[in-house]
Amino acid sequence: MPTRTLHLNGEKVTVEAEDDVRLLWVIRDLLGVTGPKYGCGINVCKACTSHINGQAFNPCSVPVSDIKESDEITTIEGLADGDKLHPMQQAWIDMDVAQCGFCQPGQIMAAVAKVEQCRKEGRDVDDAAIEEIRNICRCGTYNRIREAIKAGAEEM
Amino acid sequence: MAQHRVAPPPKREGLRAPVGRRKFLGYLVAAPTLVVAAELTRQEIFGGPSATAAPITSAPQPPEAYDLLDLLRDASRPTANLIRVEVNRDGTVSFALPRSDNGQGIITSTQMIIAEEMGLDVDQVQVTLADARPELLFNQITGGSSTTFTTYTPIRVAAALAQMRLLDAAAQILNQDVRTLTARKGLITDTLGNALPIGDLTEPASSAVDQAVDVVLKPREDFTIIGKPQTKTDARDIVTGRKSFVNDLKIPDALPTVICRAPDLNGTPDDVENLKQVRAMPGITDVEVVSTGVAVRAQTFGQAIDGVRALQVSWNDGTVHGESDETILAKLKAAELPLVVPAGAVETVEGSFTFYFKSNSSLEPNSAIADVRSDSATIWGPMKNPVTAQAAIAKKLGLPQNAVTVHVVQGGGSFGRKLFFDAALEAAEVSQAMGKPVKLMWTRADDSRQGRVHGMCTSRVRATVTKDSVLSFEQRHTSVSTDFTHGLGDAITAAGAKAPGGNLTFAESIFELTQANPYNFGVSTRMLNEVDMRFNTSSMRNVYSPDVTTAREVVTDQLANKMGRDAYEFRREFARSDRIRGVLDAVAKQGRWGRSMKNGTAQGLGIHHEYKGVTAALVEIDCRPETVNRKIREGVTGPRVTKVTFAIDAGLVINPKGIEAQMMGGINDAIALILTSSLHLTDGHFVEASWDNYFYTRQWNTPPELNIIIVEPDDQADEPGGAGEAAVAATCGAIANAYAKAVGKVPTYFPINHLDPFPFEPKPLVPPIPESPVDGLRYTYGG
Repeated sequence: MPTRTLHLNGEKVTVEAEDDVRLLWVIRDLLGVTGPKYGCGINVCKACTSHINGQAFNPCSVPVSDIKESDEITTIEGLADGDKLHPMQQAWIDMDVAQCGFCQPGQIMAAVAKVEQCRKEGRDVDDAAIEEIRNICRCGTYNRIREAIKAGAEEM
Repeated sequence: MAQHRVAPPPKREGLRAPVGRRKFLGYLVAAPTLVVAAELTRQEIFGGPSATAAPITSAPQPPEAYDLLDLLRDASRPTANLIRVEVNRDGTVSFALPRSDNGQGIITSTQMIIAEEMGLDVDQVQVTLADARPELLFNQITGGSSTTFTTYTPIRVAAALAQMRLLDAAAQILNQDVRTLTARKGLITDTLGNALPIGDLTEPASSAVDQAVDVVLKPREDFTIIGKPQTKTDARDIVTGRKSFVNDLKIPDALPTVICRAPDLNGTPDDVENLKQVRAMPGITDVEVVSTGVAVRAQTFGQAIDGVRALQVSWNDGTVHGESDETILAKLKAAELPLVVPAGAVETVEGSFTFYFKSNSSLEPNSAIADVRSDSATIWGPMKNPVTAQAAIAKKLGLPQNAVTVHVVQGGGSFGRKLFFDAALEAAEVSQAMGKPVKLMWTRADDSRQGRVHGMCTSRVRATVTKDSVLSFEQRHTSVSTDFTHGLGDAITAAGAKAPGGNLTFAESIFELTQANPYNFGVSTRMLNEVDMRFNTSSMRNVYSPDVTTAREVVTDQLANKMGRDAYEFRREFARSDRIRGVLDAVAKQGRWGRSMKNGTAQGLGIHHEYKGVTAALVEIDCRPETVNRKIREGVTGPRVTKVTFAIDAGLVINPKGIEAQMMGGINDAIALILTSSLHLTDGHFVEASWDNYFYTRQWNTPPELNIIIVEPDDQADEPGGAGEAAVAATCGAIANAYAKAVGKVPTYFPINHLDPFPFEPKPLVPPIPESPVDGLRYTYGG
């Protein structure tokens, strides 16, 4: 079985995994990093949303062999700067967004990338931009998610 | 309901009685440190209907005097004294809550209740979820929005007793009169400024023997924590990814396990052609045939799914082989109970509605860990009913019940799904078959297609009217039978004598105890008939009420129209209580009822009364073509709810932020139920296998404007009502009414898009799990 080197949350890790195993399972089942959640496995629910080189992506739909050693993978566990939370995480607490919390790691990672995308494209982080986010929250806390994204964007 | 089923008139105490300093009995438990317990001894708190204004007053209805919450409380009375609060040497206070938190915030609210009574900060209280405790009998079910209602007083009694003992111990050590001591943030201080931490007092305050003690609770006017907004105490863990769900637990050797399931609903395996080859696939450790399919255990879930996809299995027919939406609907129609008042005799208004199958999948799919040995078993899972689960698992494994340990893990949403323990039972069977620990997960396709559902149902309504009065209002609800065998069935036996109409079936009893018509519509009857058609069902959030209320509220609008009355004024006049008028007035005022709306857009109202609370919703909807036809890739748009104004009077509020969160969730559920989400039954199976097939509300469906109002009751309530499910029904009714008004046509089925062509290509049935894509890097976005 091939041995792979990954950059995960600022650390270099090695893991043995077959080429076609999706990155989500490498992260969760083999490396024990469980922030990204399984909610569908087909890039629909977005509960596993993480970052690759600062871009939002869904590791459930990426074979581990597609990941280069130079790629920086960040899950929710790697978003804060040590004990200092990312502004989006702080906004999530301030707005008391989470209910069960299962989707929230993915929601926060999606929100950060969406704000950065809007900045790059010179767009406002408004309702229209937020409605491009496909992440499902089955507890239905969408309205607080909206408030938190806008508040978090102010501080980013 | 029929008049003979009406409960005796409720006592006029509680809400209107002085409540501040009632005495309760607490217990000191013999232990080296301070351990206290409490039992539940309370009187009926909520009074009956207070309405007198409406033209023809309907007789009292059971839920107004004795509802599901009372039943759940009465069922738990005999064992509630086992609720224990412990003071630890480190100055914290611990409590193992015999309930299941799936996001509803009951851990936080329980911390608040204990902190209030003991003068602590909320984070000084540690609340965990108790393992299955069979000695609690019926007192370990999380359902019916009952947690806070059933546990509020016993937890307070225990906490107050602990506080009393700590103060007494401090008084002795400090040699001061106990009345001069104050307790704050875990320190007990005398007037001279001497302070003792409660961690130092827990030993002196402990008791060498068990004894009963009279306890007085803190008066409500002294509350500083209850009623104040409190952020969830696990918010930081959640936003940093530290909160663990069952599949995140690291239990030695519990490897990922997935089941290959039949194309038919509940189909069973007959024969497997290629067991050997699949066992030899990369990463796979075990493949075993079990009762529900073929289980595959592997190093990763991805490899277990690959194994499932490779299996060649022949299947026995399922439980609804060949059936479809149409055949089930025909059976329901044939089972509808007759309406009694003949049509045509007087002026009538009628409605007949169909509500299609819905999924109560949470985002966390059914999952459990099982480690079954020859003489014992340990199970981990997010179970709302762990005692029943423990018994069922023991029976399945052939072990005594006390050889099965059930750990309750926080769940990723429930919505009624986790009243059952399908994954835990299956994990136990698989672990026994393989002789190894397993971490079993239903994939999304499994969870959607084979998981529990809210049964299809119909609701018929007939009202008879004169020029200015409603003489009668009959509602006949007919449903695919709802599975209540999760253990409440035993609870009702225990409480049977107190439930109105003792010999009703359990489903009828739940219906009876939850459904009240909030209007004075003369002779008002509601009846349920259920038909068992071997579906996997369970109580979906708010159970019967979203459908029953939608039908009632739509017909209520038609009655108002018929009499030429404004829908708000009409409701106001016919409402059975001032509490209902309170929430109705709140939404009408703050939501600007009657404001001028553009063509294709409209407002709608709905109200509901359940869980000791009343709710009202005022919804605005946009059904203009440019909104309905807006394009979202593989998403459903359609009519957009643009604004919701919602009011709840839930009695005593523990945590307003928690209530608001539950209302928000219920409102977003209602949008899905009325406009977008349903399961389609075709040829013995449900079609939907993905969140892009089953259209739960997404960001593009949620209302841009949302205003949730918590109405304080006129009389100071000293009891919390239920919140978890309270928002769904009234909002459903309001959306249906707004939609009907906007498009000028009353819908006859829900969700309104159910008969539209599928906006997706159905996933294959064999293999039962779609392959994970490999093109994920094509969809990145960011800075």
